[in-house]
Amino acid sequence: MIKFVKRPEPSKAWTIATPILAVILTMILGGVLFALMGKDPFAAIRTIFWDPLFNDQFAAYSRPQLLVKAAPLILIAIGLSLGFKAGIWNIGAEGQYIMGALAGAAVGLAFYPTDAWWIFPLMVIAGGIGGFLWAMIPAILKTRFNTNEILVSLMLVYIAEQLLASAALSWLRNPEGNGFPGSRNLSQIPAMSNPELIAGTGTHWGVVAAFAAVVAAYVLINKHMLGFQIRLTGESPRAARFAGVKDKLLVLFCLGTAGVLSGLAGLFEVTGPAGQISIDFGAGYGFTAIIVAFLGRLHPVGILLAGLLLALTFIGGELAQFMLGLPSASIQVFQGMLLMTLLGMDIFVNYRLMVVKKEAL
Amino acid sequence: MDFGSINPVVLLASLMVASTPILLAALGEMVVEKSGVLNLGVEGMMITGAVCGFIVAVESGSPTLGFIAAALGGMALSMVFALLTQVFLTTQVPAGLALTLMGVGLASLLGQNYQGLKPPPVTDLNIPGLDHIPVIGPILFQHDMIVYVSLLSIAGVWAFLKYSRAGLILRAVGENHSAAHALGYPVRMVRIVAIGFGGAMAGLGGAYISLIRVPQWTDGITAGYGWIALAIVVFASWKAWRILIGAYLFGGITVLQLNLQAAGAKVPVELLSMSPFLATIVVLVVISARRHGASNAPAMLGRIFHASH
Repeated sequence: MIKFVKRPEPSKAWTIATPILAVILTMILGGVLFALMGKDPFAAIRTIFWDPLFNDQFAAYSRPQLLVKAAPLILIAIGLSLGFKAGIWNIGAEGQYIMGALAGAAVGLAFYPTDAWWIFPLMVIAGGIGGFLWAMIPAILKTRFNTNEILVSLMLVYIAEQLLASAALSWLRNPEGNGFPGSRNLSQIPAMSNPELIAGTGTHWGVVAAFAAVVAAYVLINKHMLGFQIRLTGESPRAARFAGVKDKLLVLFCLGTAGVLSGLAGLFEVTGPAGQISIDFGAGYGFTAIIVAFLGRLHPVGILLAGLLLALTFIGGELAQFMLGLPSASIQVFQGMLLMTLLGMDIFVNYRLMVVKKEAL
Repeated sequence: MDFGSINPVVLLASLMVASTPILLAALGEMVVEKSGVLNLGVEGMMITGAVCGFIVAVESGSPTLGFIAAALGGMALSMVFALLTQVFLTTQVPAGLALTLMGVGLASLLGQNYQGLKPPPVTDLNIPGLDHIPVIGPILFQHDMIVYVSLLSIAGVWAFLKYSRAGLILRAVGENHSAAHALGYPVRMVRIVAIGFGGAMAGLGGAYISLIRVPQWTDGITAGYGWIALAIVVFASWKAWRILIGAYLFGGITVLQLNLQAAGAKVPVELLSMSPFLATIVVLVVISARRHGASNAPAMLGRIFHASH
């Protein structure tokens, strides 16, 4: 008989090995899925994971896209990971991302057509504040009334999407846009744009912010008292309370940080790659970032790598759609499977598989 | 604005139709949570049920087969969750999220060739003798089969949890899994069955949207209903009859805001569309602000059970 026996301490080796094994297993399962859909599984996997980086024809276009797509995922996931570590479940990052973009774009466009150096920094601040305030709604409701933050933060995504629609259709609509929905194109207004900083790399201010967030989170988690308190709260809320951790403050901090980072991600996206506020601006980065956070083991460096990998699946998925006619939804299934296999394999981190002889009862 | 165009009888009758999907999904999730398991995958199971039901109903021409397929589809997806949380001992919150992410993608993948098709119509089952009572007849007794099924299942779940031995065991598992295990009850099996029931109910609710409420298939058709269902379980304080109240309350808000949109109310459409979600937040706050609001939650909700011996 096979039994799972709890390990006294989570296994370090398995902690690192499981994400890699999960990716491999998902590739196999994904290959089966693609084969069921009548596609060549090997061609599909190669198109998704290899061609965007190394194919002579596409790499020149897709390599820079890697950082463009990874930056918002990493920024958001870093923020989420702090809360997830402490058992605070903010799953409304998508809403905070939208609100950051809306707040930043609104502040910028309020000054249109002023051309000044301080407009973009002001928009960045507004974007952070927008995401922060949106995250404060579940945070304050949680600390004040003990309301479930999972449901509130998620409901706020749907509300943010409606606000986005109303912005694109009415109050931020481009007055010179011939009646089409959507705001002015911010990426074409010099004072508001978030340009590519190093030509051909895809590096924009959001990428810089993402790397800074990774470093800051690493320092916070490993070298700072607050990081210790976050980890302690996640592992043993009771012990944390005895150790004097102010749990309400922690909720505000974790949700607030996630809100700021998600808001910044939205702002950098709307001023750069997306270019404008439009109805379909929310592309699901806030949800994919949840996968990134877990795949990265809630560790800053892990999140950096996981963000790049998930970005690759987005780019490769588009390429596979274009080259092989693979439906875009299959990438979503693929990403969902990745999270599932990873979670399933977690058992090897916390438990030991033992073969035991059946005892006489 | 023309409030005169809103007919209260039609409004109340359509309220019952709008509430049924949430009612079914919330009732299923309540049973799951009563067994101590928090499955955040309701939205994913609902939309999987919606697409399975739609495909089978279109291909077979039979809505009944469609509903059966929807229940099976929701249940099949819920078994993935059961495998993760009950066998591989995964934390339930991320496992449920994974289920939703995957379900939404899967549904969109399966349904891509079914956009714009019309499902076979579902005939209303008018209750003879009662359906012609003025006002009450059209509101209560001229509905499709599933509306009656949903009402019966509320009563059924209530009686099951309150009076049956199996219901008592299910509650025991949800309140104290170690004690239930020590008494020899199969904690894991009870939970797997409960998760399967929740999946089937969510699937039914989803198919009700794609086959009756809308009725057609579009991506993201469940539009957050699964999440509202989760909130309704909290609102209902894990009591079957209150699920009915909660679902009808939200069905009412949904129908009212749709009618106001159609009547051309001088309120922004976006504000009306977000109103069910706003109302959900308000209700969650009110429930949790009451001193004993959350104390009715099953004590083991979300906890992992691992028998060490």
